[in-house]
Amino acid sequence: MITLTHYLVLSAILFTLGVIGVLIRRNAIIIFMCIELMLNAVNISFVACAHYLNSMQGQLFVFFTMTVAAAEAAVGLAIIVAVFRNKETVNIDDINIMKW
Amino acid sequence: MLNLVALILLFPLIGTVINGLAGKRLKKETVGYIACGAIGLSFLVSILVFCGLLLLPPQERLFEKELFSWIESGSFKAAAGLQVDPLSGIMILIVTGVGLLIHIYSTGYMHEDKGYHRYFCYLNLFTFSMLLLVLGNNFLLMFIGWEAVGLCSYLLIGFWYNKKSASNAAKKAFIVNRVGDFGFILGIMLIFLSFRSIDFTEVFHAASQGTFAVGSFALTLITLLLFMGATGKSAQIPLYTWLPDAMEGPTPVSALIHAATMVTAGVYMIARCNILYMLSPFTMTIVASIGAVTALFAASIGLVQNDIKRVLAYSTISQLGYMFLACGVGAFTAGIFHLMTHAFFKALLFLGSGSVIHAMSGEQDMRKMGGLRRHIPITYKTFLIGTIAIAGIPPFAGFFSKDEIVLESLARGNFFYWSIAIVTSLFTAFYMFRLLFITFHGKSRADHHVMEHLHESPKSMTFPLMVLAGLSSLGGFLGIPGANIMSHFLAPVFGEQGHHTEISGREAGVHHSEGHPYLMMIISTAIAILGIFIAYHLYVKKPELPKILAERFRFIYKLLLNKYYVDEMYDILFVKSLKKISVMLWKHVDTQIIDGSVNGVARLIGRFGDILRFLQTGYVRNYAFYIVLGCIFVIVLTALGK
Repeated sequence: MITLTHYLVLSAILFTLGVIGVLIRRNAIIIFMCIELMLNAVNISFVACAHYLNSMQGQLFVFFTMTVAAAEAAVGLAIIVAVFRNKETVNIDDINIMKW
Repeated sequence: MLNLVALILLFPLIGTVINGLAGKRLKKETVGYIACGAIGLSFLVSILVFCGLLLLPPQERLFEKELFSWIESGSFKAAAGLQVDPLSGIMILIVTGVGLLIHIYSTGYMHEDKGYHRYFCYLNLFTFSMLLLVLGNNFLLMFIGWEAVGLCSYLLIGFWYNKKSASNAAKKAFIVNRVGDFGFILGIMLIFLSFRSIDFTEVFHAASQGTFAVGSFALTLITLLLFMGATGKSAQIPLYTWLPDAMEGPTPVSALIHAATMVTAGVYMIARCNILYMLSPFTMTIVASIGAVTALFAASIGLVQNDIKRVLAYSTISQLGYMFLACGVGAFTAGIFHLMTHAFFKALLFLGSGSVIHAMSGEQDMRKMGGLRRHIPITYKTFLIGTIAIAGIPPFAGFFSKDEIVLESLARGNFFYWSIAIVTSLFTAFYMFRLLFITFHGKSRADHHVMEHLHESPKSMTFPLMVLAGLSSLGGFLGIPGANIMSHFLAPVFGEQGHHTEISGREAGVHHSEGHPYLMMIISTAIAILGIFIAYHLYVKKPELPKILAERFRFIYKLLLNKYYVDEMYDILFVKSLKKISVMLWKHVDTQIIDGSVNGVARLIGRFGDILRFLQTGYVRNYAFYIVLGCIFVIVLTALGK
């Protein structure tokens, strides 16, 4: 039997993977994918909780998250492309001029 | 007719605005017509309002008109309201009437001046302010007028601002007046705290109902603080030093502001608050003593001064001292009566001296004049009338008003006040006739160049002189003993005084001395004639005698000539020490403590910034890490919170 706990643990693992990915990877696209991973980890806990609580609200919210994620992907990828055109790299450690 | 009262204020204000904004582009004649017309219309309306007041039965002669509500904040209320009663009725007539004459005179006197329009703009503004002062129906509005006349006085004393001495005198007048005004505004605040109102009618009603006991601490403090303001504005000891210096302004200004109207504001204020003063006997003693001492003190300085305007300035201070003496002994009617006659003859004397100065091409030193009576006969004759009036020879104006004060100072005061008043009147007669004899009699001591230009002043200047001479000769008949129109007219304002206080006992005592007035009149006339005789003897009969006397009494002469060294004393006591303290405050407190702490805070923030900016690496990873740290922190905090 798969309980709520299993789902939440899975969600937590995925989220942590995403966070670690964001923190340690250097490729902007990978970081981007890790962010998507975090978002989807959250989606899993939403759906699981919604099922557990017999409420549609959680499932509904997933759609919002997905919409935001899609919009974010569009903007984010556009930024990455623009950066690449200027700097010919997507390594975020090379993109560090925003400092004092 | 009383409803027109706001127009009295409006006309001078319009004149100010027109001459102030467009005066430069207008012709000189137009500027003069606008200024004189504004005051003239204001004078006509004042007469109408005054007639309206006369038509009312004596006990109902109080008209209040609220123009708009001005400040309302919690329980504090101040309306822009005007009040006409016998006291302010007389004041508006004096201010607009004498003001009009001086405006006309000025068109002649200032004709060659470059700042013609500026002069008339200030003069109209002054008239407006003075009218606001006397018409306001609450202390705050009065204070606005009070400050505004101070401002105009500053502007007009320093009218010739290119002259260092003039701008210094203007600053001195302004600063000395600030000291008094400080007391005045504290007094108003205290009135509000004690009475919960600053409206004249409400405050005086509450006071007459016996809200405060006679001589209560609050009332004594209020009246003393208000009197402090009066000593500043009306040039009494210890704040009189600005008035002699104020003679740096154009002479008509000295006549209007520093003799006839503004300096009497203090007397007006005390007369207005007569109920409060009657309830604080201690303050009354102070007022009377300061008035008496100032009268004698200033008169004694006036004895030896050589500048024609300075003699008149000290004479003004001395006469104001008389008025305060009258108020201080509770004879408010006598004070206001003297205020009126003084406005006539002192304006006349100042304008006359202006005419002399005009004729002498700007010379003010009397030692360089002499024998002018043949050259400027109209000025001489009118000046003579003014001199007789101030000396107190019957039946000229000054005699009746001064005599009443002398009488009251004995009847209501004591022998001390009376003797000072008598000695002062001897001095007055002496220095005024000394001035007259030195200036107009004897041989001319002016140089050839000046003598060639000697001429009588134009009609615009002699006309006001003649009108004022008429008023100075006849004005006194408003207050002849026995048929005193002034005191009957003013009775509603001062009438209630003492009914509910111990002073009523004193007032009853006045009637006992009613038998003496004729004896007193003879004494004061004799004293005045004695003064004139001494002056005649010293300056016409034996002109060499004054020098010998000055040698003989060298110390006293020097002391008087240098005005008792009061200016020097103030300079050391206040100006120099204040400067030293200011320099100390500047160098140590300001640059070191205040600037130091401000700069120190800036430097501290800068240091923090220096440390914190290492956080800003530009690496997205670091920022993400901080965010994660923050999240963990929040989660831990929530978990612990449970």
